[in-house]
Amino acid sequence: MNAPIVRTMVLWCPDWPIIAALREAAAAQGLPTQGSTMQGSTALGSTVQGSRAQAAGRSDIPLALIEHGVVFACSAAARAEGVKRGLRVREAQARCPELVVQPYNAVHDNRAFEEVLTAIEAMMPGVQLLRPGTCAIRARGPARYYGGEKPSALALIALLDQLGVPGARVGIADGPFTAEQAARMAGLTTGRSARVQIVPEGASAEFLAPLPVSLLDAPALVTLLRRLGVTTLAEFAALPVVDVLGRFGEAGAHLHSLASGHDSRPVIQRIPPEELDSTVEFEPPLDRIDQVTFGVRASSDRFIEALTEAQLVCTALRIEIDSESGEVSERSWLHPRSFTAADVVDRVRWQLQGSGEVDTGLTSGITRVRVIPESVDAIGHHEVGLFGGGPDERIHHGLSRVQSMLGHGGVLTAVIGGGRTLADRQTTVPWGDRPLLTRQPTQPWPGTLPPPAPTTIFPTPHPVHVLDATGGTIQVDDRGTLSASPAQFSPTGSGRTMRQIQAWAGPWPIDERWWDNETHRRSHRFQVVDAAGMAWLLVLVSATQGSDSSWWAEARYD
Amino acid sequence: MQATKLDTRLIPTHPAIANLLPGGGLKQGSTYSVDHSITLLMALLAGPSAAGSWCGVVGVPEFGVEAAATFGVDIERLVLVPHPGDQWLAVTAAIADVMSVVVTRPPKRASDTSLARLAGRLRQRGSTLLVLGTWPQSEAMLSLSQSVWSGIGEGHGYLAARQATITVSSRLGEAPRSARLWLPDPEQKFRDVDPRSMDASPGAMHSREKPRHLRAAG
Repeated sequence: MNAPIVRTMVLWCPDWPIIAALREAAAAQGLPTQGSTMQGSTALGSTVQGSRAQAAGRSDIPLALIEHGVVFACSAAARAEGVKRGLRVREAQARCPELVVQPYNAVHDNRAFEEVLTAIEAMMPGVQLLRPGTCAIRARGPARYYGGEKPSALALIALLDQLGVPGARVGIADGPFTAEQAARMAGLTTGRSARVQIVPEGASAEFLAPLPVSLLDAPALVTLLRRLGVTTLAEFAALPVVDVLGRFGEAGAHLHSLASGHDSRPVIQRIPPEELDSTVEFEPPLDRIDQVTFGVRASSDRFIEALTEAQLVCTALRIEIDSESGEVSERSWLHPRSFTAADVVDRVRWQLQGSGEVDTGLTSGITRVRVIPESVDAIGHHEVGLFGGGPDERIHHGLSRVQSMLGHGGVLTAVIGGGRTLADRQTTVPWGDRPLLTRQPTQPWPGTLPPPAPTTIFPTPHPVHVLDATGGTIQVDDRGTLSASPAQFSPTGSGRTMRQIQAWAGPWPIDERWWDNETHRRSHRFQVVDAAGMAWLLVLVSATQGSDSSWWAEARYD
Repeated sequence: MQATKLDTRLIPTHPAIANLLPGGGLKQGSTYSVDHSITLLMALLAGPSAAGSWCGVVGVPEFGVEAAATFGVDIERLVLVPHPGDQWLAVTAAIADVMSVVVTRPPKRASDTSLARLAGRLRQRGSTLLVLGTWPQSEAMLSLSQSVWSGIGEGHGYLAARQATITVSSRLGEAPRSARLWLPDPEQKFRDVDPRSMDASPGAMHSREKPRHLRAAG
C-alpha cells in the first residue's frame, strides 16, 4: 500500500464510441482509396485526416449506439435533444425523432483507438490503454522533454486535434484514478489550455474530496455507502482504514485508498505489436498468375519465418492484391491447422484465379500483394505430436493437394442446416473454412419434407411435363386445389418419354417471404412414383406476371 | 477361380448387403460398381463411415447429403469434390490416397489405361472404390430393381419406405445373388425383408387406410 505513487497523465476522448462509429462509416465509404496507406505514423496521419474531413460533415447527426436495447453512447447533437445514456431506444426515438440508431460494436471502438495509440506512442513512450477512448501515460518523461507538465499535456492535445479527435482532455495527477477524474473535470471551453487539468503533487485528496462516491467503479459498494450516509469521497476517505478493511475486505480497502488519493497502481506500458505483414511490389506489373505466385514465394517464406521467430503460427490471414487498373482484391482465408509458406502461396494463387478453375490470365497487371495475419496463436498450441499428428493431418494434406489442383472451392464439406427447400437445407463449405449457418436447424421449419430425404438432388432443377389422364395440363388454384389428378409425366420434359404415374401425393404449398417482392417464392411440391417404381420430387412453380406455371424435377429417390 | 491376393481384408459393411457380396463384404483395394442408385451407394458407405473411415465423393454433384446423414453416413468425415472436370483421374487418385472409401463417377471418355493405373493405385493404398456406372474390372456389380414404395397412394400419404431387390453379379462367374431389402424402412434403416412377417407386401400396409383428400376449407 505504500508503493511510490506515479505521476500520471490520463487522456480522455469524450464520446469515443460515437467517434469510432463515424470513422468506421467513413472508412466503409472510402475504402478503396484508403486501404493502402497504413504503414508508419506519417501515412497514418494523412489517412486519419482524410476520414476526419468526411466525419466532420456528419458530426452534427444525432447518433445513438445501442447495446442490450438501451442507449450506450450518443452524439452531442442527440444529447442536446435530451437523449442520454441508459435510455431505452423507444424513449430516445420519442425524444429525438430524427435519431440515427446503430448497434454498438466494441470491436470498432478498439480498432479505431489503436490508430490513436500508435500515434501517441510515436510521440511519447509508455502508453497504457485503460479502455477505448482513455489511456494513461507516465507523466515524468514527457514533462521533462516538453519542459513541464502543462506543455506536455498541450502537445498531446495538439496531436489529438491533428488526428481529428475533437474535444480530447488531459488530466495530470498522482495515480491514474485521480488523473482520470481530473481529465473528466477539465473545462469544456474551446481553448486548448482549458482542456488540461493539473492536480498538484500531494493535493489529490483535496481534489477528490467533494466528488460523489458513485465515481468508484463498484455499484454494490456505492449503494451501500449511500445508505450508510456516505455520499462524497472525502467522507469515505475519512473512515478508518482498518474498519473499511474489516467490513469490505481487500477490494473495499483498495477503493478506500483510491478515494483518499493514494492510488498506487503503476502505469504499465503496452508492448507495441510487431509488424508481421509481408508486402511484395511488382515493377513492372505482372499479368500472369504463375509469375505472381513465383514472385510471392520468397516473401511468404520470410513471412512464415518471421511468425515462427515471434513464436506464433497464423490460422487466418488476409490477402490484398492491388492491380494496375486500381482494383483491390481483398479476402480472408482460414486454415484448419496453421499456414505454411506453400499454403500462403496457394491462397494467393486461388485469390487470383477467382472462381475460374483454369488458368485464364488476368485482366490487368498485379502491382502489389500484401499478406496480413488476421489471427495468430502461440506456436506451442500447434506443435505436432512426437509420433506425428495422426490421420487427420494426412487427410488435410491430401485434400489441400486436391484444392491446389481445382481451386479452393473444389473440395467441399457439407453441413445440414434448417430450411424448407432441399437446396436451403444443405450448405457446402470449402475444405478449411468455417461453416456459417444462416438457417438454424434447431428451429421448427413447418413445410419441410417428411423423411426419408431424397438421395439425388439435382444441382439445377430441370423442367418436366406432368399431364392428367386426358393429356391436359394441371393447375393449382389459389386455394391449393388441383384441377386434375396427375396421371402421366415425362422426366426429360419431352413427349416421347411419357410414363404412367403409379402413385402421387401433394400439393404441398410453400409460400415463403410473401411480404417481400424480391424474394417471394410460391410453389407446390408433389411426390410422384412412376410406373418403374422410381420416386420423384416435383415442384409446380405458380404462374407470376409474365410467366406461366411450370413443372420442375427437384430431386429423385433412387 | 481363386482370388488373386491372399490377404484381402474386409472393411465393415452393412450386414444386409455383406452376405450378397463375394467374400462376404467390401474388400480393401477393390472396385465395386453400382448401377444408378445413390441409395445403394449410401448403404455401402454407411458401414465404413460408422466405423470411423473418411469417405470421398468425386464427380457426383447430385449426392444428397441430408439423406446420407439420415442413413448413417457421418457427414463430418464426408468430403465432396462435385466437379473434378478434366482432372478426374488425378483427383480420384489423390482422394483415394487419403480416404479409405471413395465414390466416383468416371467420365465417358476415361481410357482403359488410366482406369488400370487407378486400380493399381487403389490396390497399393488399400482403398475401396465405389463406381457409379460401369467399370471394366469391378469385383461386383450391384443393381436395384422392383422398387415398391409404401405410404403413398393416389393423392394422399407420402413416401415413407421402400422395398427393393438388390442383385449382385460378381465377375468371378458365380450366379448373381439377390435379396429383398428395405431401402429404407419406415425408421430410415436398411434391413432385410422378413418374408414371414406382414411387411413382405408393403402395399397391404396402407391399402386399408381410407384415402384422404385434403381440401382447403372455409
